[in-house]
Amino acid sequence: MTPPAPHERADRASGLDASLDLTRDDGFRLRARLAIPAGRTAALLGPNGAGKSTVVGLLAGLLALDDGHVGLAGRVLDDPTTDTFVPAASRHVGVVFQDHLLFGHLDVRDNVAFGPRSRGVPRREARERADHWLELLGLAAFAHHRPDQLSGGQAQRVALARALVTEPDLLLLDEPLSALDVTTRVSLRRTLATHLADFAGPRLLITHDPTEAFLLADEVHVLEHGRITQVGSPDEVRLRPRTPYVADLAGANLLVGEARDGIVRVTPPHGDRELHVADHDVTGPVLLTLRPTAVSVHREQPEGSQRNTWHTTVDRLERLGDRVRLRSGQPLPLTVEVTRESTGALGLAVGTPVWLAVKATEIGLQLDSPAPTIDDPAAGPTDVSG
Amino acid sequence: MTNPTSRRASPRPPIGLLLPAAIGLALFVVPLVGLLARTPWADLLDLVTGAVVTDALRLSLVSSLGATVVSLLLGVPLAWVLARVEFPGRSLVRGLVTLPLVLPPVVGGAALLFAVGRRGLVGGPLERMTGLVLPFSTAGVVLACTFVAMPFLVITVEGALRTMDRRQEDAAATLGASRWTVLRRVTLPVIAPSLVSGLVLTWARAFGEFGATVTFAGNLQGRTQTLPLAVFVALESQRDTAVAISLVMVAVSLAVLVGLRGRWWPTS
Repeated sequence: MTPPAPHERADRASGLDASLDLTRDDGFRLRARLAIPAGRTAALLGPNGAGKSTVVGLLAGLLALDDGHVGLAGRVLDDPTTDTFVPAASRHVGVVFQDHLLFGHLDVRDNVAFGPRSRGVPRREARERADHWLELLGLAAFAHHRPDQLSGGQAQRVALARALVTEPDLLLLDEPLSALDVTTRVSLRRTLATHLADFAGPRLLITHDPTEAFLLADEVHVLEHGRITQVGSPDEVRLRPRTPYVADLAGANLLVGEARDGIVRVTPPHGDRELHVADHDVTGPVLLTLRPTAVSVHREQPEGSQRNTWHTTVDRLERLGDRVRLRSGQPLPLTVEVTRESTGALGLAVGTPVWLAVKATEIGLQLDSPAPTIDDPAAGPTDVSG
Repeated sequence: MTNPTSRRASPRPPIGLLLPAAIGLALFVVPLVGLLARTPWADLLDLVTGAVVTDALRLSLVSSLGATVVSLLLGVPLAWVLARVEFPGRSLVRGLVTLPLVLPPVVGGAALLFAVGRRGLVGGPLERMTGLVLPFSTAGVVLACTFVAMPFLVITVEGALRTMDRRQEDAAATLGASRWTVLRRVTLPVIAPSLVSGLVLTWARAFGEFGATVTFAGNLQGRTQTLPLAVFVALESQRDTAVAISLVMVAVSLAVLVGLRGRWWPTS
């Protein structure tokens, strides 16, 4: 083992280093290691019931470990062997919850000022800090609104401001986009991307949505049944899934393109080809998702009405249980999944020329542009007077 | 606010419901009408400004408000412990707290007398050490009222504490709030509506308290004779005074309930 380079050591001092071991009352056991250097975003990706909320509780200080340790910014927060446990209030972990959990009895500004106030900052200064963050997140007009007067996207931005104003050592985003509708999600994801980049400490995004994980994180940790089953860059996880869950969900092809009149032009580096999609009304930059099983593989040019067919070669071939994943070459590199039988029947090997086909209805389409007019239906303050 | 989706055609209510509803309403209204019919309107002002009535009114207000304040100071922490702290015998303690709701108030008053009376278990040492004598004093009235009324507050607040979304408290903790700050700035504001309705119920119960008071604190005008006690005494000899006092109680109760209506009780 080579000793870590000096900058890595510095990162470790300001980063998160956690080894989590906890058996819950219901018998579920979580055992996971998480190390996130400062300035990096990790995603914890897993299905419901994988133990993601338990991780949030342990890192935030709402739950205590049975074994292991949590270290953050050079400070030990939890270590049962030395009887160390720093409770949530003294941890400096900023959490953004799925359903924002804003305080309904306080207005937006006092919600954001709550953290500084709790740490002894005088009211006036706390409110000034809150105003500053509301300004940064484009929420200044909503300072005197109650949380129930906000849209889902606005409320989640307030929750982000409320977490960031406390200048936490770790930013923990617990399914921050799940409760939002699709359009709001896209715009808030951009907000998150911006502010994650500005945040100096380690950031952990908890999610069950691979798209979120791949777009926002530098590194993806896959959590299943309380264990980390795969760690890697988004590309590594997507292209080389190690478990059926990752293959099914995270293994979906993600493409970026430009939509117009039911045709999407996929642009480099994602490929260079046009695809017919079912939705004719979407115009502009889009994200395409294409499940590996939705693509069919042929040796001869397929006949019939399918318009999305093209010729390419097999670049890579990988066995995954009783299924085989192959990676196709230009003009549209895709991950495709076929059964082992058809691999044999088609005589597939690396370098084999093949025809690929995909139905327009199998292509998932979502708008990839901020849509502020839709996100803020009220646009201006929804004044409820009296 | 009109919500177009919730508008319904209102059909004629079924007679099977309407009839018992009307009888139920009559049950409340007829006694009131009886009271009004018997009211000596000409002498009313003189009667209610008499010393007996004003003394009793003052005492009733002092003791019912005093019991409400004591219930607030002791009952909210008790409710919090019952809702949030797991300990062996918690359901037994919860049963003890609600006992005064079903216990005849006279029994409660007698029990108080045995416990904090001058020769009682606690009352004797208390008097020797502090000189404080509770029976037959205004403080004793407050104690009796608290005994019968505080369960209303504990039950209401405990229910609210159990059903509130505790993750709001978690969120506050991650923002650096100490447990005391969480209680003060999150928990109490969240349960405020229940707290207030609990306080109103407690006050109302204390205001009408009779049995425990008369047993434990006696019936001394100006010291322990509250309005209900004054009515009871007056019914024997001075019917007109009894009616006048009853009217005063109805007026005060109505003023409080109407004053708080819509603020804390959900209105349609």
